[in-house]
Amino acid sequence: MIRKIGFFAIAIMILSLVAMPVYAQGEGTSNIEIHYLAIAMGIAAAGCGIAQSIAVANGCQGASRNPGATDTIRFFVILGLAFIEFLALLTFVVVLMLQ
Amino acid sequence: MHHEFFVSTIFNRYIVNPIAGLFGYHPHHDILPAHVVMVILIFLGLTLFSFFVRSRLSVDKPGGLQQTLELISNGILGLTEDMTGVDPRRFFPLLGALFFYILCGNLLGLFPGFMSPTSNLNATASMAIMVFFYYNYVGFKANGFVKYMAHFAGPSLLIAPLMFVIEIISHCARPFSLSVRLFGNIYAEELIIGSLNSMFPFLIALPVMAIGLFASTIQAFIFIVLTMVYLGGAVEHSDHD
Repeated sequence: MIRKIGFFAIAIMILSLVAMPVYAQGEGTSNIEIHYLAIAMGIAAAGCGIAQSIAVANGCQGASRNPGATDTIRFFVILGLAFIEFLALLTFVVVLMLQ
Repeated sequence: MHHEFFVSTIFNRYIVNPIAGLFGYHPHHDILPAHVVMVILIFLGLTLFSFFVRSRLSVDKPGGLQQTLELISNGILGLTEDMTGVDPRRFFPLLGALFFYILCGNLLGLFPGFMSPTSNLNATASMAIMVFFYYNYVGFKANGFVKYMAHFAGPSLLIAPLMFVIEIISHCARPFSLSVRLFGNIYAEELIIGSLNSMFPFLIALPVMAIGLFASTIQAFIFIVLTMVYLGGAVEHSDHD
């Protein structure tokens, strides 16, 4: 099941990559780069989402197993989320610079 | 995001340009950009607020405002002591000022007619560079020049040349990461609110502004926590060896 979904996801991604220059050429060639930047931002946001969900899930697990350590765990989870978020923000800044 | 702000235009026209005129400089545009005007407004507001609070401090009957501020101050002091392991009151002027300044800067962007100064990279980079120089100064002062340089080199003499270069690069990346983190968060938030406002009537952007309220506080907190981590890394070596 997961393999099928993954296959379709990759197929859609490749299709969109292939279709994009065609679409862009209809409007004007200068728009190609904007679409690349949007894809870059999308990949960064996806990775950031996966990483943050893992961090939060493990944080919740730790807090529910050891409620006494909730304050420490919350602190480290927030700190870690900020570090993970920075990677997406880096992409965001790059996108803004290249735009 | 290069549109005019009413406050900044008024401020420039009636305060900054006359002052510049005294020195023989008559420009036909606003001298100060919007984010500098906002920084000045925050500076004035926080200064007046501090004087106002100071005149009303009391040991016997602390009001609600004083208790709130004491809660925040005690939180910062306790956290600093946990992170650095030295007397936290030494670093409190810097950390407290940074916290309140960044918090006000982030929250100012949620008011109509104002912008966050922290949504400009110059405003955040100024703070990050100051933190960079300050923690290096503290490290040099606590350890001495040779010891502080030696802790860049790592524990083993064998990999010292490699470690030294890596550590220097990682230390130079710190102000960059500090400034870009704050700038990216606040700028992205303003961008989202702006684009939602241009697409839909203004109530649609309200949930995003609620998230922005949360993120503003978190970012101010993260900034000073990272400052504490850097300060702790700079002073900790004097205790061990």
